[in-house]
Amino acid sequence: MGQTIIEKILSSHSGQEVYANDIVVARVDFIMGQDGTSPLAIRAFEEMGGSKVFDPDRVALVIDHSAPSPNEGVSALHQLMRRFAREKGIHLYDIGEGVCHQVVPESGRVGPGTLVIGADSHTCTYGALNAFSTGVGSTDLAGALISGQMWFKVPETFKFVCHGTLPRGVYAKDLILYLIGDVTADGATYMAAEYTGEAIAGLSMDGRFTIANMAIEMGAKAGLMEADEKTFAWLARFTRRQFIPVSPDPDARYARIKEYDVSNLEPQVARPHRVDNVCPVAEVAGTPIQQAVIGTCTNGRLEDLRIAAQILAGKRIHRDVRLIVAPASKRIYLQAMQEGIIQTLVESGAAVVTPGCGPCVGTHNGVPSDGENVISTANRNFKGRMGNSKAFIYLASPATVAASALTGRITDPREFLG
Amino acid sequence: MLLQGKAHKFGNDVNTDYIISGKYKFKTLDMQELAKHVMEDLDPDFYRKINAGDFIVAGRNFGCGSSREQAPLAIKHARISAVLAKSFARIFYRNAINTGLPVVECDTDQIDPGDELVVDLSTGVITNKTKGLTIAAKPLPPVMIKILNDGGLVAHFRKYGGFNFD
Repeated sequence: MGQTIIEKILSSHSGQEVYANDIVVARVDFIMGQDGTSPLAIRAFEEMGGSKVFDPDRVALVIDHSAPSPNEGVSALHQLMRRFAREKGIHLYDIGEGVCHQVVPESGRVGPGTLVIGADSHTCTYGALNAFSTGVGSTDLAGALISGQMWFKVPETFKFVCHGTLPRGVYAKDLILYLIGDVTADGATYMAAEYTGEAIAGLSMDGRFTIANMAIEMGAKAGLMEADEKTFAWLARFTRRQFIPVSPDPDARYARIKEYDVSNLEPQVARPHRVDNVCPVAEVAGTPIQQAVIGTCTNGRLEDLRIAAQILAGKRIHRDVRLIVAPASKRIYLQAMQEGIIQTLVESGAAVVTPGCGPCVGTHNGVPSDGENVISTANRNFKGRMGNSKAFIYLASPATVAASALTGRITDPREFLG
Repeated sequence: MLLQGKAHKFGNDVNTDYIISGKYKFKTLDMQELAKHVMEDLDPDFYRKINAGDFIVAGRNFGCGSSREQAPLAIKHARISAVLAKSFARIFYRNAINTGLPVVECDTDQIDPGDELVVDLSTGVITNKTKGLTIAAKPLPPVMIKILNDGGLVAHFRKYGGFNFD
């Protein structure tokens, strides 16, 4: 019987041929924890009687969610992580290195066919590299740190076939917001989302990361894509490791298949306070905004910063708007400096903050005031998400966010693209 | 195991930021402290309304969002004995079992705020004493029953030194 991508990866990592709904214990290739989840994992590790980590080379800890630390409580948790990493010989990405979902792929340790778990829900991002990667909690992380394994129920697969080419001014972010709006926030619960079709093949790797990143926002366990020459060219920048791509069998079984033609897609916006409350930008155009954010694990990559700079070049952001930019990693930050992107953004009025999760999660770096509207390239607009439950978060592409920062109102970015 | 208490009802898509806001979870590992803020953005007085053993009852997709294990732990430390919902988000569901918080998938339309419930985890039967009716829960996968019976994943590892589902 044919297998999906995820069935094949779970088969190769459990030593048996598995299909949807089987329960297996599988070995993991790489494990990641960030500063919101690692401290609890360290505690669970110790409570489990753990002494050493199964393979320190296959583990990374990342301080990105509250980096640099905003208060002594967080500082104590960061200290705990640094001490644990040093004692166990684990690589720790400290403040300024970037968002876990950017620095882990940049490490060259994850690629086609690998199985990765991370104590962060957006670990599904690495599915863009044809890996099965999924978010877990701290106790699962602790168990894997000790054993190098985790138990999985093999998920069914929801196949999204995207035909056509995205029109000018419409990006990967618009596509994934549209798909989430269509299937809703629990439309793919427990399933693996497999994205395919020429619209996906046509995306850059940066765009593919954006799509895979938000699979969790439809409830999915993973967001997977096939590997192609773009995948291998991207990986070659970071590693000489050889990976074996995993493709679905022609007779693989899918729980659901939906087909889309993206040729006439318009820029999309997710309205407060639900990620699936999605509409074309025209429906909310004109809504005043007070804060704009470009960054996060969804859209803080070089392509995103380039698009924003293209729109903001030579202009000033609206006087009633704060624009916060957080490059996804130090590497991206440096590249953006070399290309003059950072200068363009700062000249336009942007405040550039430390590479990391920035204001997305509401701990520091841009908590909005009561009643304010924020437009952000992040992946969640839950009430209170950015640290104030009386603020309103809209989600959109970097182009829409940049255009909105210029006008002070939610704006169709196509007005600013030549 | 028999659990008994009153229902506190919420709607669909109760996300992890509602359960425990990110602005608190990064500060401390003291779950008793976090528990005081449980569900705060949906109901600022919620923590004060809880009597030990009460239930959170919700609609679809409970626990969607973050992987933060502080979410089930804050609920548990607020002395809620179980969460009953029509469906759960995947990571929350695992985290709840791993940390020993019972989660029960069932038709929650037959439960109103304030209803007195008895939940039998071994049979999966929920008795709504206020309405005089019973509701059948969807059974947990055997692996999860094993972890829950062991007292969570930490206790499972302490007992076996790794995974043991034979």
